[in-house]
Amino acid sequence: MAEKYEKQNPAFYVLIAILVFMSIGPVLLMLVNSFKLDVDILSGTSGLLFLPTIQNYETALCDVLWYEPEHLDFCQLKFGGAFVNSLIIALVSTALTLVIGCMAAYALVRFRFMGRDTVSLTTLMVRMVPPAVLLVPVFGLWNNEFCLDKNGLIGGLIRDTLGGRGDVCLAGTHSGIILVYVAMNLPFVIWILQSFIVQVPRSLEEAARVDGAGPFQVFFKIVLPLIKPGLAAAAIFTFRIAWNEYLLASALSDRDTKTVPILIVNNMSEFNVEWGVIMATGMLLAIPPIIFTLFASRQIITGMTAGAVKG
Amino acid sequence: MSRALANRFTPYMFMAPAVVIMAMALIYPLGYMIWGSFRAWNPSQSIGEAEFVGLKNYVTLWKDPNFHESLGVTLKFAFFVVSFEMIIGVGLALLLDRNIRGMSVLRTMFILPMMIAPVVVGLMWRYMYHPTVGTFNRLLNDWGLPKIDWLGQHALNSIIIADIWQWTPFIFILSLAALQSLPSSALEAAKIDGATSWQQIIYIKIPLMMPVLIVTCLLRLIDAFKVLEVILVMTQGGPGLSTEILALRISRTATEFRELGVAAAMSNYLLLLLLALTVGMFLFTRLQEVRAARIRAAIDEDL
Repeated sequence: MAEKYEKQNPAFYVLIAILVFMSIGPVLLMLVNSFKLDVDILSGTSGLLFLPTIQNYETALCDVLWYEPEHLDFCQLKFGGAFVNSLIIALVSTALTLVIGCMAAYALVRFRFMGRDTVSLTTLMVRMVPPAVLLVPVFGLWNNEFCLDKNGLIGGLIRDTLGGRGDVCLAGTHSGIILVYVAMNLPFVIWILQSFIVQVPRSLEEAARVDGAGPFQVFFKIVLPLIKPGLAAAAIFTFRIAWNEYLLASALSDRDTKTVPILIVNNMSEFNVEWGVIMATGMLLAIPPIIFTLFASRQIITGMTAGAVKG
Repeated sequence: MSRALANRFTPYMFMAPAVVIMAMALIYPLGYMIWGSFRAWNPSQSIGEAEFVGLKNYVTLWKDPNFHESLGVTLKFAFFVVSFEMIIGVGLALLLDRNIRGMSVLRTMFILPMMIAPVVVGLMWRYMYHPTVGTFNRLLNDWGLPKIDWLGQHALNSIIIADIWQWTPFIFILSLAALQSLPSSALEAAKIDGATSWQQIIYIKIPLMMPVLIVTCLLRLIDAFKVLEVILVMTQGGPGLSTEILALRISRTATEFRELGVAAAMSNYLLLLLLALTVGMFLFTRLQEVRAARIRAAIDEDL
């Protein structure tokens, strides 16, 4: 890999340094502040002269710590539980979206069947639907219509084991939120994976079929391994949306299924903001996306360009 | 026989889960919303109990000055955000399209803002904009300049800056990808003909990048109408209605004012707007494909 690099003007490197500072500066600022006590943040002695402390993280994660932090008498922020909720919802919805989206994309690329054009046009169209538009109907449906009667067989069984009153509804459950996220991400995933599946040589699949593989075997053993980069890109984008989303989760979750963004917004809207703790929770929420960015930036860029250029 | 039958059903089996989920959680809710927008509907009622009021919700909104203000803010936000991001993003791409060491590291740094949760982005900027402890006012203070009321008087500008920070890299990365896939022959020819670098940019690079730029611009425009969490965390739509974009107003109408029918009607207005943009994008890409096919056919004929 003996590439030749051009020599550049020093001013050029200064410009790049400024740009990098601008783009990661705010994140670094949050990181630094999350290790400061509120006194240090408010006192205005800006800079790096402070005693780093993990107290903010202890406050945020108090419900999952194995010891009781000394500075707290009462665990108010149940951030640990929300973290687990976020993780469950994001991981399950990413996995489901990928499997389902992959199969659909494969069918759209490789088969001619009745209704193909309708499906493909609809996926293209629903990509633009913003979460805010889904808020009203999803709230109504999940609370009123997608319910199992408490007197029915399955509904009664669930109600008996879990307790509570009224019908068993999707609202307030993990599956309710997961369902919206899967539906919201499917159009994008189908679209992006189509452009990867098109590139898989048809002859490979035909060879496998001649050797006696059924359509599902061809799909799982031949096609899936070949579109791994596409899958990685799609997975990161789906995870990012499911992990970061606030609005629909806040409408659909109840006390036990709150995700991290909801907790952050709830703690922000109060008048007296505890900056240190809030920054610590923000940092915890930002860690998974940051890790993805550092280790899979190539896939992210591939996904972004494939998504836009193949439009 | 059974094999042929199985083959015939294969595509449907592959499609079924996606179709079921999208029908249940996207298409049906959208239909439900359109239906609900004709009703006086509050959250404690099921939709069947709500009274049918015809187009009343739409007419109320059409006359509502708050809705106009909100729509105006949304359009202003989308327009400024997209134009600044396009100018800065494309400019940077043209500037940084060089063979330098560490370009991939640089790109990694640039995509970081996009990957972080909007809620966290709002949080960071709200801290930086804070009137007394915030980074910006502290800097201004240290330099002996007057403080700026970032999230008060200049709230709209401040949220525009935050969005530019977060999303310019998107346009930068896409334009850089477009630039690097340009046919080198055209550029070589221009260089041999003695074109200056400005001439190369204006007459060769920009026109050749145009298809990608237009799609990028439309994608960003559609996304700009979806922005909500950043603004919610930074200003909650205030002061007054100065930053209350449409998406935020929908969620407030539904949750605070408890008027689901009006919120549904508002969602429909927003949806129509986005539909127009999407159709525009779709037609544009189709046009491109047709043109490419025609050029290819012309070349084939020449051979």
